[in-house]
Amino acid sequence: MPIRREEVERIAELARLELAPERLERAAAELSRVLDFVAALDRLDLAGCEPSVFAPADASLREDVPDGDRLDAGRATAMAPSAEDGYFLVPPIVENLNP
Amino acid sequence: MNPASLWRLSAASLAAHVRSGEVTAAEAVESGWGEPASAWERDVRAVVHHDAGARARAAAAVTRDRALSGVPVVVKDNLCTTDLPTTCGSRILSGYVAPYEATVIRRLRAAGAVVTAKGNMDEFAMGSSTEFSCYGPTRNPYDLALVPGGSSGGPAAAVAYGLAPVGLGSDTGGSVRQPAAFCGVYGLKPTYGRLSRYGLVAFGSSLDQVGIFARHAADVAITYAALAGPDPHDATTRTGAAPDVSGWDTGVNGLRFGWPANLWQEGVEPDVVAGLEESAAALERAGATRVAFEFLPGEYAVATYYLLATAEASSNLSRFDGVRYGFRHPDSPDVRALYVRSRSAGLGPEVQRRILLGTYALSAGYYDAYYLKAQRARTRIRHEYSQAFARCDVMLLPVAPTLPFALGAKIDDPLAMYLSDIFTIGANLAGIPGLSVPVGLTTGGLPRAVQLLGPEDSEPSLLRFARAIEIRGDARRLAPGHETEFAWPTKR
Repeated sequence: MPIRREEVERIAELARLELAPERLERAAAELSRVLDFVAALDRLDLAGCEPSVFAPADASLREDVPDGDRLDAGRATAMAPSAEDGYFLVPPIVENLNP
Repeated sequence: MNPASLWRLSAASLAAHVRSGEVTAAEAVESGWGEPASAWERDVRAVVHHDAGARARAAAAVTRDRALSGVPVVVKDNLCTTDLPTTCGSRILSGYVAPYEATVIRRLRAAGAVVTAKGNMDEFAMGSSTEFSCYGPTRNPYDLALVPGGSSGGPAAAVAYGLAPVGLGSDTGGSVRQPAAFCGVYGLKPTYGRLSRYGLVAFGSSLDQVGIFARHAADVAITYAALAGPDPHDATTRTGAAPDVSGWDTGVNGLRFGWPANLWQEGVEPDVVAGLEESAAALERAGATRVAFEFLPGEYAVATYYLLATAEASSNLSRFDGVRYGFRHPDSPDVRALYVRSRSAGLGPEVQRRILLGTYALSAGYYDAYYLKAQRARTRIRHEYSQAFARCDVMLLPVAPTLPFALGAKIDDPLAMYLSDIFTIGANLAGIPGLSVPVGLTTGGLPRAVQLLGPEDSEPSLLRFARAIEIRGDARRLAPGHETEFAWPTKR
């Protein structure tokens, strides 16, 4: 299925990626080729095949119990590009309504 | 024991020398860092992070009575370590040092081993050639013009040229088995949930599994025994003890191997087919029976995989947004620009391609047609394997359709690159274990390999078959501890 350039722009927007104009065309062509290939699945008989999320169908999930192993704020923010007092710093999220 | 030749030893022998006191842990840990490894590394470039001081401190802390005492290990750059950076071959994680260790790293240390280096990889494990790394490509030690395979090409190449007898990688669609084949070493992808993924940077969480590289079947077994088993930090690890692989050297007499020859009727290089024929003959000499049957062509697995893995990746990689770690774009006037610019400049082309594909497959209007259909196809593929394993103990098949290919040959053709995983992807979709087994060199001097696949928890059988191939089915050489000569690369 051919994917249009506008569609790639829409997907990139969802993925928070910005593609240069010359890369948009190329990405559209590459995605179209891969989607043509995955259309092979239309030829596979899937009658009676329920979707499987995990590889082992019987994968059992454990109880979510904290084990006391904690990552304190100082260590958690130590590798951040910008942090202060155990908080991550980011540019303004909302406009300052009362400057 | 001459310290200058320790680098040639298997992990089993090296640890035995450390246990007996014949060799110090420091000598063992440093064994790969003199000549010839350092000469190799200048050309191959398998390593992206190492630190002599950290190595010495770790060597001083080694307990002498363990299975892997003093054994140096090269691990892929996506396994979290606290004394070396963890950057996944990506600019967006440049300089990142993890605040905690992966469970497999802790278990290596508990077994006496020392992580001596982080190995190169395709960015976020997305690739089959180790060319998509922000550090540049790793080269194949057997021919520097060729790729080492990928995405775990760094650890595979390092084990092949002698930097360490054991390496760890991760295998989401063949990323341990294919580079193992291209570099002529063993590469095990265990059963999904047998090795903890805690501290492995996630790519496709339902497919990712930590894998093991080694030059000898015995070393795969010893390392698997040290690492496998439940981990409270990874909810997807299987409960109950991991299977016992201590019988790796007990032969294959009376066992059956599947022979799905329809898979290599076309598009597979003659040298690869010759490796399969020779291995099958060796297994028959060792008393195993060949069971021929047809198997579902690999194209369906590739199609399923490139929808599921990219969908999971698009979700997993949303965490790389320039806020909590790594690279942040300097010109980020607002949060939105921070996300978009940090991701667009920090992530490489193949990663962006897969995030786009995965986002598309999950987006409104396409979810049922792509993602859901792929999940149903996964059920069908798993069913195909169950039926096959009702007729045989393991299946014998190629690892990749080709021998190692030239650098640059597939870098501009994503689909051609994806198809190099055609024989490995099925195991990840089905959650079953697979083992890449080296079968010597071609007349042109390049590594050949075959792949063994088995049902869940069949690692003991895979290793028995691998050992029978290693000794070419010669039962008289089955003396425990007998080590075969590794086909070392020579410089060219």
